[in-house]
Amino acid sequence: MAISTSIWIWISALLTLAIYSFLYKDNPFYKFAEYLLVGISIGYGISVYWHNTIITKVYNPLVHDKDFLVIIPLLLGLLMFSRFFKNYSHLSRIPIAFIVGAGTGLSIPSSFEFLFKQVQGTMPTAFTIGNLIIIIGVITTLIYFFFSMEHKGFIGKVSRVGITFIMIAFGAAFGYTIMARISLFIGRIQFLLSDWLGIIK
Amino acid sequence: MFIRRTLPLLVAGFFGIATIIQFFVPHPASRTFYNMVLDWMIIVTAFTYLMAVQSTIELHTTKIKRKVEGWQYSLVVLISLGITAFIGILGGAFTPSTILMKLIPAFKPSSTSPLMYTYLYMQVPMQSTIFSLLAFYMASAAFRSFKARSFDATMLLVTAAIVTIGRVPLGEFIYKGFPEIIEWILKYPNMAAQRGILIGVELGMIATSLKIILGIERKYLGGGK
Repeated sequence: MAISTSIWIWISALLTLAIYSFLYKDNPFYKFAEYLLVGISIGYGISVYWHNTIITKVYNPLVHDKDFLVIIPLLLGLLMFSRFFKNYSHLSRIPIAFIVGAGTGLSIPSSFEFLFKQVQGTMPTAFTIGNLIIIIGVITTLIYFFFSMEHKGFIGKVSRVGITFIMIAFGAAFGYTIMARISLFIGRIQFLLSDWLGIIK
Repeated sequence: MFIRRTLPLLVAGFFGIATIIQFFVPHPASRTFYNMVLDWMIIVTAFTYLMAVQSTIELHTTKIKRKVEGWQYSLVVLISLGITAFIGILGGAFTPSTILMKLIPAFKPSSTSPLMYTYLYMQVPMQSTIFSLLAFYMASAAFRSFKARSFDATMLLVTAAIVTIGRVPLGEFIYKGFPEIIEWILKYPNMAAQRGILIGVELGMIATSLKIILGIERKYLGGGK
């Protein structure tokens, strides 16, 4: 295999190396890549919002389908800009209230659904050691987070068991996070050695 | 006072209650209302994104104007933001736009848009490299903080070590039973704690949502009158 001749692969490889240079110490190459990523990410967001929201959900329904109801969210959105005018900045609370209100309203039924599913999953279908561990784990974890009672005596002992379960869960989550990061690292090294330099297949 | 405080509370309460009710009404009109509210939320959120963009531009413009240390990097942000937004808006998000195809006939409807090139060859590699950098720092942080000082810390350390080593071929090479041990940890003690945490989180979310809808929780309105 030969070294890549694609300009895009070269850009990608040089940016990857610029970021890895941070392992030595903070330097202008890393800073350049870091700020470039910020700019590109925001620009990407603007483009996606422009095509997927402004054109698809506002312009097309309003101009082609004559759906004038779209004017309401459009006005609500424009009210966000009232923050720039001191005397009218309070108007920006209306679109925020809409998002918060509708968002919470949508989340309540789904939260209940999720909650019941979790409780249902905890109910044992057969008496096994595993099921017993799950029941004890769920109850003790919930008691650990229940602060209306002082964690002393029996409650204190139960919450101690809860924290052991929580530590096991955090350990597993930590182990998984490390593995995910290492697999990303392997992916980047593979890209540099294979796609860019062509050393490995 | 009505516009400043009461109207936002009424808006939040009305849309909160209406979206809860629609969930229990199995009528096509209810579904239409649900889709409409979702679309409205997406539209309003796009404007909040614009606010964030404006804030970023203002921050970096001020840095450049005042020539604060490292102002040149702010220039990098503004230029890359401008170029990416320009090629994205004119050239199309995922596939080339009709304007671009008219200007450069080499672009076909099935081609990749210029924006996707910046996404695939700049944004994605940089993001995954930054996240992979964390592997080094997490390992060194773990070495410093995960000392088996107590029973709980030992449990965390042992579980993290088992899950990390046991998920790679080396783990199975050391001890054949590693995959089964990990499976058991994930299926029972880990699942139990995760469930306990999630049930707590959901209960908290329901309580906070109800407080917002009923107008008890008003912090989202911000300070001032």
